[in-house]
Amino acid sequence: MARTEELLLNVGPQHPSTHGVFRLIVKLDGEVITHAEPVMGYLHRGTEKLAEELTYTQIIPYTDRMDYVSAMTNNYILCHAVETMMGIEVPERAEYLRVIAMELQRIASHLVWWGTYLLDIGAMSPFLYAFREREMIINLFNELCGARLTYFYMRVGGVKWDAPEGWLDKVRNFIPYMREKLEEYDQLVSGNEIFLSRVKGIGKYDAETAIAYGLSGANLRCTGVKRDLRKDQPYSIYDRFTFDVPVREEGDCYARYLIRMEEMRQSLNILEQALEQMPDDGDIMAKIPRVIRPPEGEAYVGIESPRGEIGCYLISRNKPQPYRLKFRRPSFFNLQILPELLKGESMTNLIAILGGIDIVVGEVDC
Amino acid sequence: MSDVNQESTERLDEQARLEICVRILEEEVSKQAVEHAEINPLSLSMPTLIISKQHWYRCAEVLKNHEQLNLTYLRSMAGADLETHMEVIYHVTCIERNTDYCFKVKTDRDTPSVPSVTSIWPAANWNEREIYDLLGIQFPGHPNLKRIMMPDDWEGHPLRKDYEPLDPEV
Repeated sequence: MARTEELLLNVGPQHPSTHGVFRLIVKLDGEVITHAEPVMGYLHRGTEKLAEELTYTQIIPYTDRMDYVSAMTNNYILCHAVETMMGIEVPERAEYLRVIAMELQRIASHLVWWGTYLLDIGAMSPFLYAFREREMIINLFNELCGARLTYFYMRVGGVKWDAPEGWLDKVRNFIPYMREKLEEYDQLVSGNEIFLSRVKGIGKYDAETAIAYGLSGANLRCTGVKRDLRKDQPYSIYDRFTFDVPVREEGDCYARYLIRMEEMRQSLNILEQALEQMPDDGDIMAKIPRVIRPPEGEAYVGIESPRGEIGCYLISRNKPQPYRLKFRRPSFFNLQILPELLKGESMTNLIAILGGIDIVVGEVDC
Repeated sequence: MSDVNQESTERLDEQARLEICVRILEEEVSKQAVEHAEINPLSLSMPTLIISKQHWYRCAEVLKNHEQLNLTYLRSMAGADLETHMEVIYHVTCIERNTDYCFKVKTDRDTPSVPSVTSIWPAANWNEREIYDLLGIQFPGHPNLKRIMMPDDWEGHPLRKDYEPLDPEV
Protein backbone atom coordinates (compact mmCIF):
# COMPACT_ATOMS: atom_id res chain seq x y z
CA MET A 1 0.00 0.00 0.00
CA ALA A 2 1.26 3.45 -0.84
CA ARG A 3 2.21 5.51 2.16
CA THR A 4 1.61 9.24 1.95
CA GLU A 5 2.90 11.97 4.15
CA GLU A 6 0.98 15.06 5.15
CA LEU A 7 2.10 18.08 3.20
CA LEU A 8 1.65 21.65 4.30
CA LEU A 9 1.08 23.99 1.39
CA ASN A 10 0.83 27.74 1.38
CA VAL A 11 -1.53 29.19 -1.20
CA GLY A 12 -0.94 32.92 -1.32
CA PRO A 13 -0.75 35.62 0.01
CA GLN A 14 0.28 36.38 -3.56
CA HIS A 15 -1.46 33.90 -5.76
CA PRO A 16 -3.38 34.71 -8.94
CA SER A 17 -6.42 32.63 -8.06
CA THR A 18 -7.06 34.36 -4.74
CA HIS A 19 -7.92 37.64 -6.49
CA GLY A 20 -6.16 39.76 -3.94
CA VAL A 21 -3.88 39.37 -1.00
CA PHE A 22 -5.34 36.36 0.71
CA ARG A 23 -3.59 33.34 2.12
CA LEU A 24 -4.77 29.79 2.54
CA ILE A 25 -2.81 27.22 4.54
CA VAL A 26 -3.70 23.80 3.19
CA LYS A 27 -2.85 20.40 4.63
CA LEU A 28 -2.68 17.76 1.94
CA ASP A 29 -2.81 14.00 2.00
CA GLY A 30 -1.60 13.22 -1.48
CA GLU A 31 -3.93 15.28 -3.65
CA VAL A 32 -6.68 15.48 -1.06
CA ILE A 33 -7.15 18.44 1.24
CA THR A 34 -7.55 17.41 4.87
CA HIS A 35 -7.54 20.86 6.43
CA ALA A 36 -7.65 24.41 5.18
CA GLU A 37 -7.14 27.59 7.15
CA PRO A 38 -7.75 31.00 5.60
CA VAL A 39 -5.50 33.81 6.80
CA MET A 40 -6.56 37.34 6.06
CA GLY A 41 -5.95 40.88 7.12
CA TYR A 42 -3.27 41.70 4.55
CA LEU A 43 -5.54 44.34 3.08
CA HIS A 44 -6.92 45.66 6.35
CA ARG A 45 -6.89 49.44 6.22
CA GLY A 46 -9.01 50.15 9.26
CA THR A 47 -11.83 51.79 7.34
CA GLU A 48 -14.12 51.65 10.36
CA LYS A 49 -11.51 53.28 12.58
CA LEU A 50 -10.68 55.98 10.05
CA ALA A 51 -14.37 56.72 9.60
CA GLU A 52 -14.72 57.77 13.23
CA GLU A 53 -12.69 60.90 12.51
CA LEU A 54 -14.28 61.80 9.18
CA THR A 55 -17.50 63.48 8.15
CA TYR A 56 -20.02 61.36 6.28
CA THR A 57 -19.20 62.80 2.88
CA GLN A 58 -15.53 62.18 3.53
CA ILE A 59 -16.20 58.50 4.28
CA ILE A 60 -17.83 57.81 0.90
CA PRO A 61 -14.52 57.54 -1.01
CA TYR A 62 -13.34 55.00 1.56
CA THR A 63 -16.31 52.81 0.74
CA ASP A 64 -15.19 52.88 -2.91
CA ARG A 65 -12.09 51.05 -1.81
CA MET A 66 -13.79 48.29 0.13
CA ASP A 67 -15.35 46.32 -2.67
CA TYR A 68 -13.46 47.96 -5.50
CA VAL A 69 -15.19 45.83 -8.12
CA SER A 70 -18.57 47.18 -7.07
CA ALA A 71 -17.99 50.66 -5.71
CA MET A 72 -21.42 52.04 -6.61
CA THR A 73 -23.32 49.75 -4.25
CA ASN A 74 -20.83 50.60 -1.50
CA ASN A 75 -21.41 54.32 -2.03
CA TYR A 76 -25.08 53.66 -1.80
CA ILE A 77 -25.09 51.68 1.43
CA LEU A 78 -23.47 54.49 3.43
CA CYS A 79 -25.74 57.17 1.94
CA HIS A 80 -28.72 54.91 2.50
CA ALA A 81 -27.86 54.41 6.17
CA VAL A 82 -27.52 58.15 6.81
CA GLU A 83 -30.66 58.95 4.80
CA THR A 84 -32.62 56.33 6.73
CA MET A 85 -31.59 57.83 10.05
CA MET A 86 -32.23 61.42 9.01
CA GLY A 87 -35.42 60.63 7.10
CA ILE A 88 -34.17 62.32 3.94
CA GLU A 89 -36.28 61.90 0.85
CA VAL A 90 -34.12 61.56 -2.23
CA PRO A 91 -35.36 63.25 -5.44
CA GLU A 92 -36.89 60.99 -8.04
CA ARG A 93 -34.30 61.61 -10.75
CA ALA A 94 -31.44 60.94 -8.34
CA GLU A 95 -32.99 57.61 -7.36
CA TYR A 96 -33.19 56.57 -11.00
CA LEU A 97 -29.60 57.61 -11.63
CA ARG A 98 -28.58 55.59 -8.59
CA VAL A 99 -30.44 52.50 -9.74
CA ILE A 100 -29.00 52.76 -13.25
CA ALA A 101 -25.51 53.13 -11.79
CA MET A 102 -25.98 50.20 -9.41
CA GLU A 103 -27.39 47.85 -12.01
CA LEU A 104 -24.65 48.70 -14.52
CA GLN A 105 -22.25 48.03 -11.68
CA ARG A 106 -23.82 44.65 -11.00
CA ILE A 107 -23.25 43.66 -14.62
CA ALA A 108 -19.67 44.98 -14.57
CA SER A 109 -18.97 43.12 -11.34
CA HIS A 110 -20.41 39.85 -12.63
CA LEU A 111 -18.38 40.26 -15.81
CA VAL A 112 -15.18 40.52 -13.78
CA TRP A 113 -16.22 37.42 -11.91
CA TRP A 114 -17.14 35.54 -15.08
CA GLY A 115 -13.89 36.38 -16.84
CA THR A 116 -11.57 35.67 -13.94
CA TYR A 117 -13.40 32.55 -12.84
CA LEU A 118 -12.96 30.97 -16.24
CA LEU A 119 -9.38 32.16 -16.32
CA ASP A 120 -8.87 30.41 -12.98
CA ILE A 121 -10.07 27.11 -14.30
CA GLY A 122 -8.13 27.33 -17.51
CA ALA A 123 -10.17 29.12 -20.18
CA MET A 124 -8.25 32.10 -21.48
CA SER A 125 -10.44 33.80 -24.04
CA PRO A 126 -13.64 34.50 -22.03
CA PHE A 127 -11.61 36.89 -19.91
CA LEU A 128 -10.92 39.04 -22.96
CA TYR A 129 -14.57 39.12 -23.97
CA ALA A 130 -15.73 39.93 -20.45
CA PHE A 131 -13.31 42.80 -20.10
CA ARG A 132 -14.22 44.15 -23.51
CA GLU A 133 -17.83 44.54 -22.40
CA ARG A 134 -16.88 45.71 -18.93
CA GLU A 135 -14.74 48.42 -20.47
CA MET A 136 -17.87 49.87 -22.07
CA ILE A 137 -19.56 50.12 -18.68
CA ILE A 138 -16.44 51.61 -17.13
CA ASN A 139 -16.40 54.21 -19.91
CA LEU A 140 -20.02 55.03 -19.17
CA PHE A 141 -19.13 55.56 -15.52
CA ASN A 142 -16.17 57.64 -16.54
CA GLU A 143 -18.47 59.95 -18.44
CA LEU A 144 -20.91 60.05 -15.57
CA CYS A 145 -18.55 60.86 -12.72
CA GLY A 146 -15.01 61.10 -14.04
CA ALA A 147 -13.64 57.93 -12.51
CA ARG A 148 -13.24 54.40 -13.75
CA LEU A 149 -13.22 52.44 -10.51
CA THR A 150 -13.50 54.59 -7.42
CA TYR A 151 -16.49 56.68 -8.33
CA PHE A 152 -17.42 58.79 -5.28
CA TYR A 153 -20.61 59.39 -7.23
CA MET A 154 -23.34 59.28 -4.61
CA ARG A 155 -23.86 61.77 -1.83
CA VAL A 156 -26.12 61.82 1.17
CA GLY A 157 -29.36 63.07 -0.37
CA GLY A 158 -28.70 62.29 -4.02
CA VAL A 159 -25.92 62.06 -6.56
CA LYS A 160 -23.12 64.46 -7.43
CA TRP A 161 -23.60 64.73 -11.18
CA ASP A 162 -26.55 64.58 -13.49
CA ALA A 163 -26.20 62.37 -16.56
CA PRO A 164 -24.31 64.24 -19.30
CA GLU A 165 -26.02 64.87 -22.60
CA GLY A 166 -26.59 61.70 -24.60
CA TRP A 167 -25.42 59.47 -21.75
CA LEU A 168 -28.80 57.86 -21.17
CA ASP A 169 -29.00 56.99 -24.86
CA LYS A 170 -25.64 55.29 -24.61
CA VAL A 171 -26.95 53.17 -21.75
CA ARG A 172 -30.07 52.47 -23.80
CA ASN A 173 -27.94 51.25 -26.71
CA PHE A 174 -25.80 49.15 -24.43
CA ILE A 175 -28.75 46.98 -23.33
CA PRO A 176 -29.45 45.11 -26.61
CA TYR A 177 -25.72 44.86 -27.27
CA MET A 178 -25.13 43.21 -23.89
CA ARG A 179 -28.07 40.86 -24.35
CA GLU A 180 -26.53 39.61 -27.55
CA LYS A 181 -23.15 39.18 -25.89
CA LEU A 182 -24.66 37.19 -23.01
CA GLU A 183 -26.09 34.88 -25.63
CA GLU A 184 -22.58 34.51 -27.05
CA TYR A 185 -21.12 33.81 -23.61
CA ASP A 186 -23.63 31.04 -23.10
CA GLN A 187 -22.76 29.46 -26.42
CA LEU A 188 -19.08 29.77 -25.71
CA VAL A 189 -18.96 28.46 -22.15
CA SER A 190 -22.17 27.48 -20.41
CA GLY A 191 -22.58 24.11 -22.12
CA ASN A 192 -18.91 23.34 -22.62
CA GLU A 193 -18.18 19.82 -21.45
CA ILE A 194 -14.75 20.56 -20.01
CA PHE A 195 -16.20 23.46 -18.08
CA LEU A 196 -19.11 21.38 -16.82
CA SER A 197 -16.82 18.67 -15.52
CA ARG A 198 -14.93 21.29 -13.53
CA VAL A 199 -17.97 22.89 -11.87
CA LYS A 200 -20.90 20.46 -11.80
CA GLY A 201 -21.36 18.91 -8.38
CA ILE A 202 -18.30 20.74 -7.05
CA GLY A 203 -18.44 22.73 -3.83
CA LYS A 204 -21.89 21.51 -2.94
CA TYR A 205 -23.81 22.52 0.17
CA ASP A 206 -27.45 22.62 1.22
CA ALA A 207 -29.75 25.46 2.26
CA GLU A 208 -29.41 24.76 5.96
CA THR A 209 -25.63 25.09 5.82
CA ALA A 210 -25.85 28.22 3.70
CA ILE A 211 -28.20 29.88 6.19
CA ALA A 212 -26.12 28.79 9.19
CA TYR A 213 -23.03 30.41 7.67
CA GLY A 214 -24.93 33.59 6.86
CA LEU A 215 -24.26 33.34 3.13
CA SER A 216 -26.00 35.77 0.83
CA GLY A 217 -26.30 36.59 -2.85
CA ALA A 218 -25.80 33.84 -5.41
CA ASN A 219 -24.11 31.74 -2.72
CA LEU A 220 -27.41 31.53 -0.87
CA ARG A 221 -29.76 31.46 -3.85
CA CYS A 222 -27.96 28.47 -5.37
CA THR A 223 -29.47 26.31 -2.59
CA GLY A 224 -33.08 27.17 -3.34
CA VAL A 225 -33.46 30.00 -0.83
CA LYS A 226 -35.11 32.91 -2.58
CA ARG A 227 -33.73 35.91 -0.76
CA ASP A 228 -32.90 39.08 -2.61
CA LEU A 229 -33.11 42.29 -0.63
CA ARG A 230 -34.22 44.18 -3.72
CA LYS A 231 -37.44 42.15 -3.47
CA ASP A 232 -37.65 41.19 0.19
CA GLN A 233 -36.86 44.54 1.75
CA PRO A 234 -37.14 46.95 -1.17
CA TYR A 235 -34.94 50.00 -0.87
CA SER A 236 -34.57 52.97 -3.20
CA ILE A 237 -37.18 52.48 -5.95
CA TYR A 238 -36.74 48.77 -6.61
CA ASP A 239 -40.41 48.10 -5.90
CA ARG A 240 -41.25 49.84 -9.22
CA PHE A 241 -39.54 47.28 -11.43
CA THR A 242 -40.54 43.80 -12.46
CA PHE A 243 -37.69 41.35 -12.50
CA ASP A 244 -37.03 37.75 -11.51
CA VAL A 245 -34.77 36.49 -8.78
CA PRO A 246 -32.98 33.49 -10.25
CA VAL A 247 -32.86 30.54 -7.86
CA ARG A 248 -31.40 27.06 -8.30
CA GLU A 249 -31.56 23.97 -6.13
CA GLU A 250 -28.26 22.21 -6.79
CA GLY A 251 -26.01 24.23 -4.48
CA ASP A 252 -22.86 23.62 -6.53
CA CYS A 253 -20.48 25.89 -8.44
CA TYR A 254 -22.46 25.43 -11.64
CA ALA A 255 -25.66 26.64 -9.97
CA ARG A 256 -23.87 29.75 -8.77
CA TYR A 257 -22.54 30.28 -12.28
CA LEU A 258 -25.97 30.04 -13.87
CA ILE A 259 -27.51 32.36 -11.30
CA ARG A 260 -24.96 35.08 -11.95
CA MET A 261 -25.44 34.77 -15.70
CA GLU A 262 -29.18 35.15 -15.27
CA GLU A 263 -28.74 38.06 -12.86
CA MET A 264 -26.99 40.02 -15.59
CA ARG A 265 -30.03 39.57 -17.83
CA GLN A 266 -32.34 40.67 -15.03
CA SER A 267 -30.20 43.74 -14.43
CA LEU A 268 -30.61 44.63 -18.09
CA ASN A 269 -34.38 44.34 -17.63
CA ILE A 270 -34.24 46.71 -14.67
CA LEU A 271 -32.10 49.15 -16.65
CA GLU A 272 -34.58 49.13 -19.49
CA GLN A 273 -37.50 49.92 -17.17
CA ALA A 274 -35.52 52.55 -15.27
CA LEU A 275 -34.64 54.39 -18.47
CA GLU A 276 -38.26 54.33 -19.52
CA GLN A 277 -39.70 55.55 -16.22
CA MET A 278 -37.05 58.14 -15.48
CA PRO A 279 -38.30 61.75 -15.30
CA ASP A 280 -36.77 64.02 -17.93
CA ASP A 281 -35.50 66.56 -15.46
CA GLY A 282 -35.60 67.39 -11.81
CA ASP A 283 -33.33 67.79 -8.83
CA ILE A 284 -30.51 65.38 -8.25
CA MET A 285 -29.88 66.47 -4.66
CA ALA A 286 -32.30 66.73 -1.77
CA LYS A 287 -32.25 69.75 0.48
CA ILE A 288 -29.93 68.65 3.22
CA PRO A 289 -28.27 70.62 6.01
CA ARG A 290 -24.75 71.86 5.34
CA VAL A 291 -23.41 69.73 8.16
CA ILE A 292 -24.81 66.22 8.09
CA ARG A 293 -25.69 65.15 11.60
CA PRO A 294 -27.88 62.07 11.95
CA PRO A 295 -29.97 62.10 15.14
CA GLU A 296 -28.69 60.33 18.21
CA GLY A 297 -29.35 56.63 17.90
CA GLU A 298 -28.47 53.78 15.63
CA ALA A 299 -29.60 52.01 12.51
CA TYR A 300 -28.83 48.93 10.46
CA VAL A 301 -29.66 48.78 6.76
CA GLY A 302 -28.78 46.15 4.20
CA ILE A 303 -28.90 46.15 0.41
CA GLU A 304 -28.20 43.60 -2.31
CA SER A 305 -24.72 44.07 -3.73
CA PRO A 306 -23.47 41.82 -6.55
CA ARG A 307 -21.87 39.60 -3.91
CA GLY A 308 -24.75 39.47 -1.47
CA GLU A 309 -26.00 41.54 1.40
CA ILE A 310 -23.87 44.55 2.18
CA GLY A 311 -24.99 46.22 5.36
CA CYS A 312 -24.14 49.25 7.40
CA TYR A 313 -24.59 49.57 11.13
CA LEU A 314 -24.28 53.15 12.27
CA ILE A 315 -24.24 54.59 15.79
CA SER A 316 -24.64 58.35 15.79
CA ARG A 317 -24.24 60.81 18.64
CA ASN A 318 -25.62 63.72 16.63
CA LYS A 319 -22.11 64.73 15.59
CA PRO A 320 -20.76 65.33 12.08
CA GLN A 321 -18.66 62.18 12.47
CA PRO A 322 -20.11 58.73 13.18
CA TYR A 323 -19.59 57.37 16.67
CA ARG A 324 -19.25 53.85 15.33
CA LEU A 325 -19.59 52.64 11.79
CA LYS A 326 -19.65 48.96 10.96
CA PHE A 327 -19.93 47.37 7.56
CA ARG A 328 -21.38 43.95 7.03
CA ARG A 329 -19.36 42.79 4.05
CA PRO A 330 -20.82 39.92 2.03
CA SER A 331 -17.41 38.50 1.06
CA PHE A 332 -16.41 38.24 4.72
CA PHE A 333 -19.46 36.12 5.47
CA ASN A 334 -19.36 34.12 2.25
CA LEU A 335 -15.73 33.17 2.67
CA GLN A 336 -16.31 31.58 6.07
CA ILE A 337 -17.72 28.43 4.56
CA LEU A 338 -14.55 27.78 2.53
CA PRO A 339 -12.66 25.51 5.01
CA GLU A 340 -15.82 23.43 5.32
CA LEU A 341 -16.15 23.07 1.54
CA LEU A 342 -12.52 22.20 0.97
CA LYS A 343 -12.37 19.25 3.37
CA GLY A 344 -11.89 16.09 1.33
CA GLU A 345 -11.67 17.93 -1.99
CA SER A 346 -8.79 17.57 -4.38
CA MET A 347 -6.29 20.38 -4.81
CA THR A 348 -7.53 21.23 -8.30
CA ASN A 349 -11.03 21.86 -7.00
CA LEU A 350 -9.72 24.42 -4.54
CA ILE A 351 -9.45 26.99 -7.32
CA ALA A 352 -12.90 26.21 -8.71
CA ILE A 353 -14.53 26.44 -5.28
CA LEU A 354 -12.76 29.59 -4.14
CA GLY A 355 -13.51 31.31 -7.45
CA GLY A 356 -17.13 30.22 -7.29
CA ILE A 357 -17.70 32.07 -4.03
CA ASP A 358 -16.75 35.35 -5.72
CA ILE A 359 -14.85 37.24 -3.04
CA VAL A 360 -13.19 40.61 -3.17
CA VAL A 361 -10.40 40.75 -0.64
CA GLY A 362 -10.63 44.51 -0.18
CA GLU A 363 -14.04 43.85 1.26
CA VAL A 364 -13.08 40.81 3.35
CA ASP A 365 -10.40 42.81 5.12
CA CYS A 366 -12.11 46.20 4.97
CA MET B 1 -47.89 32.84 13.04
CA SER B 2 -50.13 34.32 10.36
CA ASP B 3 -50.36 37.72 12.04
CA VAL B 4 -46.58 38.01 11.81
CA ASN B 5 -46.75 37.98 8.06
CA GLN B 6 -49.35 40.59 7.26
CA GLU B 7 -47.84 43.62 5.64
CA SER B 8 -50.82 45.97 5.77
CA THR B 9 -50.42 46.79 9.46
CA GLU B 10 -46.66 46.73 9.47
CA ARG B 11 -46.15 49.14 12.35
CA LEU B 12 -48.39 47.12 14.63
CA ASP B 13 -46.79 43.92 13.51
CA GLU B 14 -43.42 44.97 14.75
CA GLN B 15 -44.82 45.82 18.16
CA ALA B 16 -46.58 42.46 18.22
CA ARG B 17 -43.43 40.66 17.12
CA LEU B 18 -41.45 42.37 19.83
CA GLU B 19 -43.96 41.34 22.49
CA ILE B 20 -44.04 37.75 21.26
CA CYS B 21 -40.27 37.58 21.37
CA VAL B 22 -40.08 39.00 24.91
CA ARG B 23 -42.76 36.59 26.08
CA ILE B 24 -41.00 33.57 24.62
CA LEU B 25 -37.65 34.50 26.13
CA GLU B 26 -39.21 35.13 29.55
CA GLU B 27 -41.07 31.83 29.45
CA GLU B 28 -38.30 29.68 28.05
CA VAL B 29 -35.23 31.22 29.65
CA SER B 30 -35.81 33.49 32.61
CA LYS B 31 -37.87 36.45 33.79
CA GLN B 32 -34.62 38.44 33.97
CA ALA B 33 -33.40 37.54 30.48
CA VAL B 34 -34.74 40.66 28.72
CA GLU B 35 -33.40 43.86 30.23
CA HIS B 36 -35.07 46.21 27.82
CA ALA B 37 -37.22 45.97 24.70
CA GLU B 38 -38.23 48.65 22.22
CA ILE B 39 -38.93 49.45 18.60
CA ASN B 40 -36.08 51.40 17.04
CA PRO B 41 -37.78 54.00 14.81
CA LEU B 42 -34.49 55.09 13.23
CA SER B 43 -33.66 51.60 12.01
CA LEU B 44 -36.75 50.87 9.87
CA SER B 45 -38.75 50.03 13.03
CA MET B 46 -36.49 47.20 14.07
CA PRO B 47 -37.58 45.33 17.22
CA THR B 48 -34.59 45.74 19.51
CA LEU B 49 -33.97 43.78 22.71
CA ILE B 50 -31.24 44.10 25.29
CA ILE B 51 -30.47 40.68 26.73
CA SER B 52 -28.70 40.07 30.02
CA LYS B 53 -25.25 38.62 29.50
CA GLN B 54 -25.65 35.61 31.75
CA HIS B 55 -28.74 34.44 29.86
CA TRP B 56 -27.50 35.27 26.36
CA TYR B 57 -26.32 31.81 25.30
CA ARG B 58 -29.54 30.14 26.36
CA CYS B 59 -31.57 32.93 24.72
CA ALA B 60 -29.67 32.48 21.45
CA GLU B 61 -30.53 28.77 21.47
CA VAL B 62 -34.20 29.58 21.97
CA LEU B 63 -34.17 32.27 19.28
CA LYS B 64 -32.81 29.85 16.75
CA ASN B 65 -34.90 26.81 17.62
CA HIS B 66 -38.25 28.15 18.81
CA GLU B 67 -40.79 27.50 16.08
CA GLN B 68 -42.42 30.90 16.44
CA LEU B 69 -39.10 32.68 15.92
CA ASN B 70 -36.79 30.47 13.82
CA LEU B 71 -34.05 33.09 13.78
CA THR B 72 -31.57 30.92 11.92
CA TYR B 73 -29.79 33.58 9.88
CA LEU B 74 -27.21 35.79 11.58
CA ARG B 75 -27.36 38.84 9.39
CA SER B 76 -24.80 41.05 10.98
CA MET B 77 -22.75 41.31 14.13
CA ALA B 78 -21.02 44.36 15.52
CA GLY B 79 -19.20 45.43 18.63
CA ALA B 80 -19.13 48.92 20.03
CA ASP B 81 -17.27 50.75 22.77
CA LEU B 82 -19.77 53.17 24.30
CA GLU B 83 -17.32 54.50 26.90
CA THR B 84 -19.59 53.62 29.84
CA HIS B 85 -19.77 49.99 28.75
CA MET B 86 -19.30 47.78 25.71
CA GLU B 87 -21.92 46.18 23.55
CA VAL B 88 -22.17 43.35 21.09
CA ILE B 89 -25.00 43.86 18.61
CA TYR B 90 -26.58 41.00 16.69
CA HIS B 91 -29.00 41.34 13.79
CA VAL B 92 -30.80 38.07 13.31
CA THR B 93 -33.34 37.08 10.67
CA CYS B 94 -35.93 34.43 10.04
CA ILE B 95 -35.53 33.69 6.34
CA GLU B 96 -38.95 32.07 5.81
CA ARG B 97 -40.92 34.94 7.37
CA ASN B 98 -38.47 37.68 6.41
CA THR B 99 -38.48 39.14 9.92
CA ASP B 100 -35.55 40.89 11.56
CA TYR B 101 -34.60 41.44 15.16
CA CYS B 102 -31.77 43.26 16.84
CA PHE B 103 -30.26 41.90 20.06
CA LYS B 104 -27.73 43.64 22.22
CA VAL B 105 -25.62 42.26 25.01
CA LYS B 106 -23.87 44.66 27.36
CA THR B 107 -20.59 43.97 29.06
CA ASP B 108 -18.27 45.98 31.26
CA ARG B 109 -15.24 47.76 29.88
CA ASP B 110 -12.43 46.44 32.08
CA THR B 111 -12.83 42.74 31.36
CA PRO B 112 -15.28 42.67 28.48
CA SER B 113 -16.63 39.23 27.66
CA VAL B 114 -19.78 37.85 26.06
CA PRO B 115 -20.58 34.14 25.64
CA SER B 116 -19.72 32.85 22.18
CA VAL B 117 -22.62 31.84 19.94
CA THR B 118 -20.48 30.21 17.25
CA SER B 119 -21.90 26.80 18.13
CA ILE B 120 -25.41 28.15 17.47
CA TRP B 121 -24.74 30.37 14.43
CA PRO B 122 -21.52 29.28 12.68
CA ALA B 123 -21.54 32.67 10.94
CA ALA B 124 -20.56 34.23 14.28
CA ASN B 125 -17.14 32.59 14.18
CA TRP B 126 -15.13 35.15 12.23
CA ASN B 127 -17.29 38.01 13.46
CA GLU B 128 -16.40 37.22 17.06
CA ARG B 129 -12.75 37.03 16.09
CA GLU B 130 -13.03 40.43 14.42
CA ILE B 131 -14.73 41.98 17.44
CA TYR B 132 -12.13 40.47 19.74
CA ASP B 133 -9.38 41.78 17.49
CA LEU B 134 -10.67 45.33 17.15
CA LEU B 135 -12.38 45.83 20.51
CA GLY B 136 -10.83 43.28 22.85
CA ILE B 137 -14.09 41.62 23.85
CA GLN B 138 -13.55 38.00 24.92
CA PHE B 139 -15.91 35.29 23.72
CA PRO B 140 -15.69 32.30 26.09
CA GLY B 141 -16.61 29.13 24.21
CA HIS B 142 -15.16 30.26 20.88
CA PRO B 143 -13.15 27.48 19.19
CA ASN B 144 -10.29 29.64 17.93
CA LEU B 145 -10.34 33.16 19.30
CA LYS B 146 -7.34 34.94 17.83
CA ARG B 147 -6.70 38.07 15.82
CA ILE B 148 -8.08 38.11 12.31
CA MET B 149 -7.39 41.56 10.85
CA MET B 150 -4.42 42.97 12.77
CA PRO B 151 -1.02 41.24 12.95
CA ASP B 152 -0.76 38.61 15.70
CA ASP B 153 1.72 40.67 17.72
CA TRP B 154 -0.29 43.88 17.62
CA GLU B 155 -0.75 45.69 20.91
CA GLY B 156 -4.14 47.04 21.86
CA HIS B 157 -7.50 46.99 20.17
CA PRO B 158 -7.91 49.85 17.68
CA LEU B 159 -11.65 50.44 17.85
CA ARG B 160 -11.64 51.02 21.61
CA LYS B 161 -12.18 54.66 22.41
CA ASP B 162 -9.17 54.68 24.76
CA TYR B 163 -6.84 53.22 22.12
CA GLU B 164 -3.56 55.02 21.73
CA PRO B 165 -1.76 54.45 18.47
CA LEU B 166 1.87 53.39 18.81
CA ASP B 167 3.02 56.15 16.50
CA PRO B 168 0.32 58.78 15.92
CA GLU B 169 2.34 60.32 13.09
CA VAL B 170 1.98 57.28 10.87
